[in-house]
Amino acid sequence: MRNYLVLRVIAKLMIMFMVLFALYVQFHGDFGPGGGFQAGVISAAAIVFYGIIFGLPAAREVVPDRLVEVMIAAGVLLYAGVGVAGLLLGGNYLDYFVLGADPVDGQHRGIFWIEMGVLITVAGVMLKIFYMFAGRGDGGGE
Amino acid sequence: MRSWRRSNLPFSKPPITRCNILISQNYPILHVVVPLIAAPLMVLLRHGGFAWLLAAVASWSSLAVSAALLAEVAGGGVISYAIGSWAPPWGIEYRIDSVNAFLLVLVSLIASVVVIYCRESVEAEVAPEQHYLFYTMYVLCLAGLLGIAATGDGFNLFVFLEISSLSSYVLIALGRDRRALVASYQYLIMGTIGATFIVIGVGLLFLMTGTLNLADMAARLREVTDTRPILAALAFLTVGISLKLALFPLHLWLPNAYAYAPSAVTAFLAATATKVSLYVLLRFYYSVFGESAVFIAHPTSDILLVLSLAAMFIASTVAIFQDNIKRLFAYSSVAQIGYITLGVSFDSLTGLTAAIVHLFNHALTKGAIFLLLGGIALRLGAVRFQDIGGIARVMPLTSFGIVLAGLSLIGVPGTVGFVSKWYLVLAAIESGAWWLALLIVLSSLLAVIYVWRFVEAAYFQVPSASVSRLREAPLSMLVPAWLMVAACLYFGLDASLTLSGASQAAAELLPGSR
Amino acid sequence: MTAIANHFSYWATLFIAIAGLYIVIARGNLVKKLVGLAIFQTSVYLLYIAPGKLIGGTAPIIADKFAVYSNPLPHVLILTAIVVGVATLALGLAIVVRIKEAYGTIEEDEILAQEQPALQQTADNKM
Repeated sequence: MRNYLVLRVIAKLMIMFMVLFALYVQFHGDFGPGGGFQAGVISAAAIVFYGIIFGLPAAREVVPDRLVEVMIAAGVLLYAGVGVAGLLLGGNYLDYFVLGADPVDGQHRGIFWIEMGVLITVAGVMLKIFYMFAGRGDGGGE
Repeated sequence: MRSWRRSNLPFSKPPITRCNILISQNYPILHVVVPLIAAPLMVLLRHGGFAWLLAAVASWSSLAVSAALLAEVAGGGVISYAIGSWAPPWGIEYRIDSVNAFLLVLVSLIASVVVIYCRESVEAEVAPEQHYLFYTMYVLCLAGLLGIAATGDGFNLFVFLEISSLSSYVLIALGRDRRALVASYQYLIMGTIGATFIVIGVGLLFLMTGTLNLADMAARLREVTDTRPILAALAFLTVGISLKLALFPLHLWLPNAYAYAPSAVTAFLAATATKVSLYVLLRFYYSVFGESAVFIAHPTSDILLVLSLAAMFIASTVAIFQDNIKRLFAYSSVAQIGYITLGVSFDSLTGLTAAIVHLFNHALTKGAIFLLLGGIALRLGAVRFQDIGGIARVMPLTSFGIVLAGLSLIGVPGTVGFVSKWYLVLAAIESGAWWLALLIVLSSLLAVIYVWRFVEAAYFQVPSASVSRLREAPLSMLVPAWLMVAACLYFGLDASLTLSGASQAAAELLPGSR
Repeated sequence: MTAIANHFSYWATLFIAIAGLYIVIARGNLVKKLVGLAIFQTSVYLLYIAPGKLIGGTAPIIADKFAVYSNPLPHVLILTAIVVGVATLALGLAIVVRIKEAYGTIEEDEILAQEQPALQQTADNKM
């Protein structure tokens, strides 16, 4: 699809806004609908979109396979790490109350990092699935 | 659906005393968290040997924690652990009593033994670049199984069920044979239908009670026991869990999955996965619905009884005609699950004790057999009867181990199998069904036949050229396997430990008889 | 008629569940089976979500003017269930891809036919 000029230009424009929207959904998740899962899918969709227009190899250059795998693991580790932090600060597992100076602050801090972990893992998993299926056979890339 | 109540906000701030970092306080969650953290670490490091080490450390620490938990609840106490410090009916609660502490020890014990065995077995059966993936899935499966056992929350149970199921599908698909893929696919379809049935059942209970906490649910169910949604929930849960535990007509996924999975996986899953599902069944029957709602209001006993007998006889008969020894013992597993559900169907303290003790004993026996068969698969590459003729001459320890564990399957005195069968027969006589006692003994004769087929092939045939070139299985595989065989004999001779654990768990489930 | 109208979401749930299960059972194509499985799982989402809405209920944020709140829990649960469903579907499709590579087909009967020699021994076990 390299020859379709309109597609390529529009894609480049769109991707910026997709990533921005993902970030909005992520950080607005505290106050309204949204959160790590949705944001992760949207930001992965941006990369998938890039991959569809510019070819799989180009997408793999932006987000290499190794990075995707690291993202999957790192997100889960971050999530579990927040839980362990609660343990170490004297609370129960996944206890956010003890994370901040006062409980409400702690809840904010806890859910922020949890959602961050979810974002990273979900984006990683979505990309992994895309790479896995798109990379098979002769259908993948150009 | 109950509306969200305004008062009683689930806000329970723990006293901030920085010094109470007592690890022992957090035991109820640690045995799940440690393997769960080990899994992403393995993916980050991508190194097979290191992944094995992590898996071993994770399983052993889970075992240590579970053992500590069992010791703590041995007196009949209950440990309640609120995740995130959200008080139980709202937050997720982990609830450890003597029933699931017993199971936690069983699962983590099997995992700790099998992980030693994995090192050499996985080296031979799984492609090197997939080693770290294997161990990742192994600890995830372990975390899932432990989570199912520990949680006191209906939906959390479903999530852990899916964690353990999804990772076991991957583990099975890692088998060398291409049929492993089809077996894994089949298991995925059946397992997902089962899990979805379970979540429908939990959903109906949630709609009727407005809570997901199993203990809270049980209390609120009393008001709505006789309604149709509750009956539907009971039916959905029974069918869904029966699919996961491979109760007789729903066992079709099991033989292929066990036969074509890598040896270590077969041993691990055969010893734990179906047992944990059985625990879920017991938990829902006795702790949530209550004994009277399940066994007295509906003919659950009769249904379980007929299906168990069918499993014992039909699956054992099918096992006799198998060509692949792993498939043979897989069918034997279906039959042995029949014995466990038979114990449940009596709905008595003795019956339940028999079921729980057989759950433990069968895990040891089948674990030992599949571990030893893995040794043969490693050396010979196949475990079909036509290939193993005379193998006892070159692999005497392996063959003798299988024979001993086989005796336990039959129920010969001195082995764990005898203890369970003894209690089953006692329960049958106690409920006045002496003919059932006769049937239990009769079905054991079928086990004699299929175990004898192995003895005949291994001991009384002349080894072929390819067999006589073989050596005994490596020590790192023999030792874990023989540990299990030794446990089969030890707990067969001195059953006081397992029996006291099982009878206490049974008493915990059957509150009337305590 | 009112029985249908009052329980509309349950009838819809039932229809979706049975349609999904039918596809899983009746189709021989491994991908179609997975599609059926996904449809079957979708019925659960509806079962949980639909009763979560109380007519007249507001978002569960405490305020003096409101007494009735919708329960937010079902949505969270179903978000989890959707994730599980996606994971199952992805894993299932990954296995189908590998089956295709190993057997060259994704039709159930053709795979069974390829295992014919093995099938002969196991035909009596299919029960």
